[in-house]
Amino acid sequence: MSPLRASSAIAGAAESDLGAVAEGMRPVDLMVQASLGALADCGLALGDVDSLFAATTQLPMAPLNLAQELGIRPRYTDATNVGGSSFMFHVDHARAAIAAGLCEVALIAYGSTQRLVGRGSASVQELDPWETPYRPVMPLTAYALAAARHMHEFGTTRAQLAEVAVSARAWARRNPAAWSRDPLSVDDVLGARMVADPLTVRDCCLVTDGGAAIVVTSAERAATLRRPPVLVLGAGEAHSHRHITGMADLTRTAAAESGARAFAEAGLTPADVDCVQLYDAFTITPILFLEDLGFCAKGEGGPFVSGGRTAPGGALPMNTNGGGLSYCHPGMYGLLGIVEAVRQLRGEAAGRQVAGCEVAVAHGNGGVLSSQATLVLGTAGTA
Amino acid sequence: MPDAIDEPRSPAAIYAAHCREGRLAYPAAPDGTPVWPPSLVVPGTGEPVQWLLSEGRGTVYSTTALHARDSEPRNVAIVELDEGYRMMARVDGLPADAVEIGARVRVRFGAPDETGARLPFFVPQAGA
Repeated sequence: MSPLRASSAIAGAAESDLGAVAEGMRPVDLMVQASLGALADCGLALGDVDSLFAATTQLPMAPLNLAQELGIRPRYTDATNVGGSSFMFHVDHARAAIAAGLCEVALIAYGSTQRLVGRGSASVQELDPWETPYRPVMPLTAYALAAARHMHEFGTTRAQLAEVAVSARAWARRNPAAWSRDPLSVDDVLGARMVADPLTVRDCCLVTDGGAAIVVTSAERAATLRRPPVLVLGAGEAHSHRHITGMADLTRTAAAESGARAFAEAGLTPADVDCVQLYDAFTITPILFLEDLGFCAKGEGGPFVSGGRTAPGGALPMNTNGGGLSYCHPGMYGLLGIVEAVRQLRGEAAGRQVAGCEVAVAHGNGGVLSSQATLVLGTAGTA
Repeated sequence: MPDAIDEPRSPAAIYAAHCREGRLAYPAAPDGTPVWPPSLVVPGTGEPVQWLLSEGRGTVYSTTALHARDSEPRNVAIVELDEGYRMMARVDGLPADAVEIGARVRVRFGAPDETGARLPFFVPQAGA
């Protein structure tokens, strides 16, 4: 068994202001808010933090900004930025550093003001001689191409894609912090403004501000803190390409690798999972990840998400905060999915709580289906 | 067909030089296996690539029409060339949302821009 299995735990978790933040707020302000929230959540102080992990599209050296604001002199720092999955990578790296004795209390933070400053200002667009001339709107175009290919190969329908958005909205309606809480039907999604065939605007994630932070420490130390520890039972990371034309098969992601690593380490299978937080930048992405993580066979993701299976009352609660589609999507959503998994495992998700939630998966995606990282998280009883 | 241009230059410059002459070039491993996206070297081995010329015929691997509020939809596609690599491109000659996966296409080159650069795009392959 991996020596890292259940060696570390998420001890604290918090969101920053979400949605549309106050004029003048900076990404680091949101990181500060969330960081203090996560520390208060577990009862630790700034002086306890000895390692920083942070990323955002707006700050290439994010840990430096955050350390300055918080007055922390970390002895271990990681600014890994591989897109929206970065924070799952951070958890994987933090637990290894903790186990190796390089640090004891890791703070992982994210903040984005992309709605405030505009998406164009929030993200650097890489110029590429073989893609840029065709003016693909990225990342939207890449995900539309993947969705179209999935439909072609497996008969996935636009209505099945829409089921993902409808499920997310049903969850968001139970989350007071969610940005979009109006009722949403499959017909609403299908009839919404087309942005990139086959995706309508309702197949696409929100564009909001927001941030989050978590505190990771050893399982032993977490057990002495204020909140029930959420154990990192397994973690796996992988990435397969940077450009969409570098992806060997648009219907198969490196989540198959990251998920296999995480489940093998946890000693669990998808059948053991009580709820999943799967990065939903677009409706096609959770379908791909359900397949690649092994919740259903390749090509069966469309039928799998149909009939409310992932919605409240369904067999596999998915994106129970409303996800990037209806709750919050500041650009690099992954950390918010981890926060929701923590809340479900602690039983503090109020009107959207999954009964008896003991094992949760938080899966992150970055780039154009490029970077994939999977966390299998559990309650103390799953150690 | 081996490339006649053999001075050490960037992949982008080699590709663009061929495009200016109306040729679609691609890098490949010593055994002819295509490398795409282009690179100086063969992924996995680090060997220098050779540049070969494509016949410019292929099949639409995936396609989308991008819709903007103030203009007609425009196409962005991934075309799988018969030589066995997939490049991003645009398919012209039919409405952006009428391009179908599996359709046979052939390359065309746009008029030179102010720098002389010519952009390859694809059109339906007549009689396919």
